[in-house]
Amino acid sequence: MSEHQPENLPATSPAGDAQAPRAEVIDQRQGMFGVRGSGDTSGFGGLRRQVALPGATPKPYGSWFDAAVERLEGLTGDASIEKVVVDRNELTLHIRRENLVEVCKHLRDDEALRFEFCSGVSGVHYPHETGRELHAVYHFLSITHNRRIRLEVSAPDADPHIPSIVSVYPANDWHERETWDFFGIVFDGHPALTRIEMPDDWPGHPQRKDYPLGGIDVEYKGAVIPPPDTRRSYN
Amino acid sequence: MGLEEQLPAGVLLSTVEGLLGYMRKASLWPAIFGLACCAIEMMTTGAPRYDAARFGMEVFRASPRQADLMIVAGRVSQKMAPVLRQIYDQMPNPKWVLAMGVCASSGGMFNNYAIVQGVDHVVPVDMYLPGCPPRPEMLLDAFLKLHDNIQHSKLGAHKKALQAEQEAAALTAAPTIEMKGLLR
Amino acid sequence: MTETTDPYAAFASTRDTTEGKVFTVTGQDWDTVVAGLGEEPEERVVVNMGPQHPSTHGVLRLILELEGETVTEARCGIGYLHTGIEKNMEYRSWTQGVTFCTRMDYLSPFYNEAAYSLAVERLLGIEDEIPEKATVMRVLLMELNRISSHLVCIATGGMEIGALTVMTIGFREREMTLDLFELITGLRMNHAFIRPGGVAQDLPPGALDKIREYITWMNKHLPEYADLCNANPIFKARLQDVGYLDLAGCMALGLSGPVVRSTGYALDLRKTQPYCGYETYDFDVPTWDSSDAYGRFRVRLQEMHESLKIVEQCADRLEKMDGQPVMVADKKIAWPSQLAVGSDGMGNSLDHIKHIMGESMEALIHHFKLVTEGFRVPAGQTYVALESPRGELGCHLVSDGGTKPYRAHFRDPSFANLQATSVMSEGGMVADVIVAIASIDPVMGGVDR
Repeated sequence: MSEHQPENLPATSPAGDAQAPRAEVIDQRQGMFGVRGSGDTSGFGGLRRQVALPGATPKPYGSWFDAAVERLEGLTGDASIEKVVVDRNELTLHIRRENLVEVCKHLRDDEALRFEFCSGVSGVHYPHETGRELHAVYHFLSITHNRRIRLEVSAPDADPHIPSIVSVYPANDWHERETWDFFGIVFDGHPALTRIEMPDDWPGHPQRKDYPLGGIDVEYKGAVIPPPDTRRSYN
Repeated sequence: MGLEEQLPAGVLLSTVEGLLGYMRKASLWPAIFGLACCAIEMMTTGAPRYDAARFGMEVFRASPRQADLMIVAGRVSQKMAPVLRQIYDQMPNPKWVLAMGVCASSGGMFNNYAIVQGVDHVVPVDMYLPGCPPRPEMLLDAFLKLHDNIQHSKLGAHKKALQAEQEAAALTAAPTIEMKGLLR
Repeated sequence: MTETTDPYAAFASTRDTTEGKVFTVTGQDWDTVVAGLGEEPEERVVVNMGPQHPSTHGVLRLILELEGETVTEARCGIGYLHTGIEKNMEYRSWTQGVTFCTRMDYLSPFYNEAAYSLAVERLLGIEDEIPEKATVMRVLLMELNRISSHLVCIATGGMEIGALTVMTIGFREREMTLDLFELITGLRMNHAFIRPGGVAQDLPPGALDKIREYITWMNKHLPEYADLCNANPIFKARLQDVGYLDLAGCMALGLSGPVVRSTGYALDLRKTQPYCGYETYDFDVPTWDSSDAYGRFRVRLQEMHESLKIVEQCADRLEKMDGQPVMVADKKIAWPSQLAVGSDGMGNSLDHIKHIMGESMEALIHHFKLVTEGFRVPAGQTYVALESPRGELGCHLVSDGGTKPYRAHFRDPSFANLQATSVMSEGGMVADVIVAIASIDPVMGGVDR
């Protein structure tokens, strides 16, 4: 056992007073196999499955989460945090997009929070969550306090603008470009929001759910195998 | 007697083709076109254990002007395809292309928007090497087969006749999907 | 100049922009290019070190604005290896996702697999049920991968500055590591071995002896790199004070890995946020204090020694774990089949076939459902980060309760670290750009995914 272990190792088991988040239904899937109109006579077509993501967790959140959320609310005001989700020992704060830059500044600068390291943005597209289709998920690491936090910001498809936090965390530069490239989320205030992975004149935003995988049929002698997104698949 | 026995058969039948093929295959200089994982296996083929230097192929030329063989090692994305074609065009004749790995041969496991489904959509390929990634021994086997091809390739009028023949056959051939009834 | 004969004139010909004349150089005489420059020889030249280049670690496009030999601006063009792996994973089951993500950062495939598998296991809630042998094997394979990845970094870095012997000996050592990989996992690269639930197969007999031989060999040969490079005046002259980036810069740009450790700060996720039981192993985190390319080289050299220490500890532990399971006990998640090499090649082992066909109906059903449908993962999202040889490799996984990932995003360390190229290169010379990038050690498969 090495002597260099830091004392503030993250908790590996749920704190005693944390509660489970309420489930939030975002979608309803019908049938066993995802592809429509395949002449499926198996009878699995009658299955109904609700897709429920973890929703808001009621207070108290457990371990260090309560103190951090209170601190942040004190600094920015209650209105900026839409929802707090504590799931699988991870804290997710859903932030209103107008308050994002301010929240990030406080996350970085405040002594008790001190999340110096931004791991980047990840986009997620929930096409059935009308009004909040595009999510940008930010992960931060506090090296001082040795803990992680996640911020999630939503924007509708009709108005896919989210303020850029490059002024606070320059590390996010390429990550925001990549999220623009793949999801079409426009980061207002980014110094140079251009395509980074796809060719500069590529139409569309590939990782959105309404963009096809784009594969071609694989031809064999006398048979064809369609690309994975058009095959029957489990729902 | 000794020298003639050591030369490949066919020289006595005075085919320049054999002699020229022997010269051409002897020290093919590859152009660097290592893209992804296959590039690492290509580098290990040049490294001490698998030693492409015994075929004279350890000098990967940075400039395509000095290269004979383009080993497309790795997945070719849509953004990279024009660059691939440009490098191919910059190579002087005679040149050969070896599609190393399944991603270069057919798109591999990445049947999607971002990958060209086989570099033969972009450049003419002389040797396809499957594998993900192919072992260095497999790459050496591909080299030897390519050497064999080059040794027996035709020149001049013979080549034109061969190409005409192949084109005629390809024009009347059935597409893969029409080749039915083979299982019975 | 390039108006008449350039086949690429449709895409780019000589034109005047607000920044000045732009020339497309496609192999014509350099004299003709220079003649078009005009009366001002001090004009800035924008040079494109295009994606196909021997010294840019893979398909990286560098756009350099040069004034003489000094770089005034450096920009990276990436995306030439974009494979759409993340989108492809949304159409495959959770276990099949391993085969896709392993090809991202192709020099450290085990790290990709481990990050993904740990994230899936956290979503499944079976983190505590992974058998200990599987965890120890994961650590063993990851540390061996760290050694092989650092060897490639040092080898190609040496090649790029002209030290070809470093390349040949680097690949010689790497072959020994790949032999071990082949023995344990069956493949030299891109093994889909670390899967959600554990690892794919048990250690083959004789593996531990081979590992010990390997440790002896590496202990004998690793000092060669130090002897060859550390005090070499040319090596030091090329690497010292090149690519300087201090700790504040690293933090601002979100860098991690040997780049940060070369500034003197021991940021290593294996120590600060341990995973896979790393807190029980005895190893140090090497640092250097010069924040330059030479420091990063020394850090990587020392890290290989530390990894070797961990490998030895793993081998000691594995000796006592003979016969223990390597997959989670829950039959509804554990990958069912065991592979074996038979008379007609590799396939399902005959024992397994006998079991599912003759002995247990449940086993047959599990095998069928797991292979065709895969297991279902409860809805939610998670982010798991590992310390890969290049820095923090994170996997952000979103599940909608189905059999396929809803969204898998990898925060790749090379992608984040490469942003520092401009900061490291501007103001230096062109030759230093190569060295700076080599010291960041980007792997374009991870950058572009």
